[in-house]
Amino acid sequence: MNQPAAAPKRGATTATTTWRHRFDRYREHHSDVAFDSLRRLLAAPLGTLMTLLVIGIALSLPAGLFVLLKNAQAVSEGWEGGAQISLYLRSTVTETEARALVDEVAARVDVQRVDYISREQALKDFQRQSGLGDILAGLDENPLPTVLVVFPAQADFNAADKLRTDLAKKDGVETAQLDAQWVQRLYAMLDLAQRLVQALAASLALAVLLVIVNTVRLAIESRRDEILIVKLVGGTDAFVRRPFLYTGFWYGLGGSLLALVLVTGVLAWLQGPVRTLADLYHSSFRLTGLGLEAVLLLVAAAVLIGISGAALAVRQHLREHEPR
Amino acid sequence: MISLKQVSKRYDSGKDALLNVSFELASGELTFLTGHSGAGKSTLLKLIMLIEKPSSGQMLVCGQNIALIPRSAIPYHRRQIGMVHQNHHLLFDRTVYDNVALPLLIAGFPPRDTGRRVRAALDLVGLLDKENLNPITLSGGEQQRVGIARAVVNKPAILIADEPTGNLDPELSAEIMDLFDQFSQVGTTVLIATHDHGLIDRYDHRLITLHEGQLLSDGFGGAAQ
Repeated sequence: MNQPAAAPKRGATTATTTWRHRFDRYREHHSDVAFDSLRRLLAAPLGTLMTLLVIGIALSLPAGLFVLLKNAQAVSEGWEGGAQISLYLRSTVTETEARALVDEVAARVDVQRVDYISREQALKDFQRQSGLGDILAGLDENPLPTVLVVFPAQADFNAADKLRTDLAKKDGVETAQLDAQWVQRLYAMLDLAQRLVQALAASLALAVLLVIVNTVRLAIESRRDEILIVKLVGGTDAFVRRPFLYTGFWYGLGGSLLALVLVTGVLAWLQGPVRTLADLYHSSFRLTGLGLEAVLLLVAAAVLIGISGAALAVRQHLREHEPR
Repeated sequence: MISLKQVSKRYDSGKDALLNVSFELASGELTFLTGHSGAGKSTLLKLIMLIEKPSSGQMLVCGQNIALIPRSAIPYHRRQIGMVHQNHHLLFDRTVYDNVALPLLIAGFPPRDTGRRVRAALDLVGLLDKENLNPITLSGGEQQRVGIARAVVNKPAILIADEPTGNLDPELSAEIMDLFDQFSQVGTTVLIATHDHGLIDRYDHRLITLHEGQLLSDGFGGAAQ
């Protein structure tokens, strides 16, 4: 008899689809879907490029600011613990007395080290650094006091300030000055800048999420019929969601790579002037890039945002198809 | 295979699309479902497919109370049912082969099984030579047959058809009815919603008639009308 080949066959029709086969098929299906999503994006290159640019620019802003901040921190790193106390001694203090004071102060537990700068040394340094050598040479008397530079054992500002108060009471000390306030201010500013970059990153991440939600929503709209049919022939929500998750994945990946290109480009563009500036300050400072960790973090975050945005868009659409 | 007991469906608008409908379809039975437009045919098919849920009454499909099927299990419920749509619902961005293969792809069939089953289904509806064409290039009757091939490729226990011969001439309609006959002979429960009385009269199949959401008659052939 001519039995219809596609007629139902009672029994174990699924016996041939073993778990092994299922897994292989599943993996194959994933790569098919991933490449199909990519192909669809490349089929509309202009629209895709626009979206990628929006995402790339939005991501490059916080990434770029992060790099600048990191560099600023690297510059100021040399000044970490740069808190030092200058003790200006009265002119009546003899060198022997000053040397004794150095030993006394250096013996304190909260002091790391004391540098002794004699009046002659101070004058020489000043002549050399200021370029006013000739004028100073014309002076009858050395106007500079003996200075003891005290390095506190702790970098902590409050501890250093307390040490300064103690030292100011010593005999022979005219003034005790804590040269740390500007470091404090700089750190406070860098902290503030860091917070601002974080806030900016968060709001731009949200912007990228919304861009992806909207873009994927349009993609869903253009495949509305397909989704309907897939649902009717027994496609699960996961099956419907999958191509769009990959779309979000590609957007996140592409956008973050574009952001990396932008940031790297701007850094290369800045490198020349920065080098000139650093050379003028006799510094060997050079701009550093994002670094591997930050690059990976940026790409991972962007991909996660892409997938989440797509998931949100699909969820919204699937809700409309629930049976009532 | 399908059993309804006092099933009603009321829409949010307050309209009763189905009211206390009861009947049973046995395994391998071929049944026509008829009635004026708005009588509840489409609603009944939607309930079977779980596109909508009944408001009251008990409805069993393949032994399962459909009201108790969780949302996550709906896709697996639908895989037991092949549906032929009036407007074919084909995808014009892929070949005939890929259209028919879709349910198998979704169910995760291995590729070699897929090829075999798709070609068997296409052979059955006489479209084996068109597998690489885009369905948009096919005639209405051919598109309908692609839809049928897709509905049966997964060997479903139930086949439901919504106006399958709506736009076809009598000769093509007869061919398609022959296909449905073949499926029912091998045990598939077939339910055909149609208002094509010419078609109904030509066959002596069980006929369920709905009127304003209520069961008007349930019997055989012309006698039931």
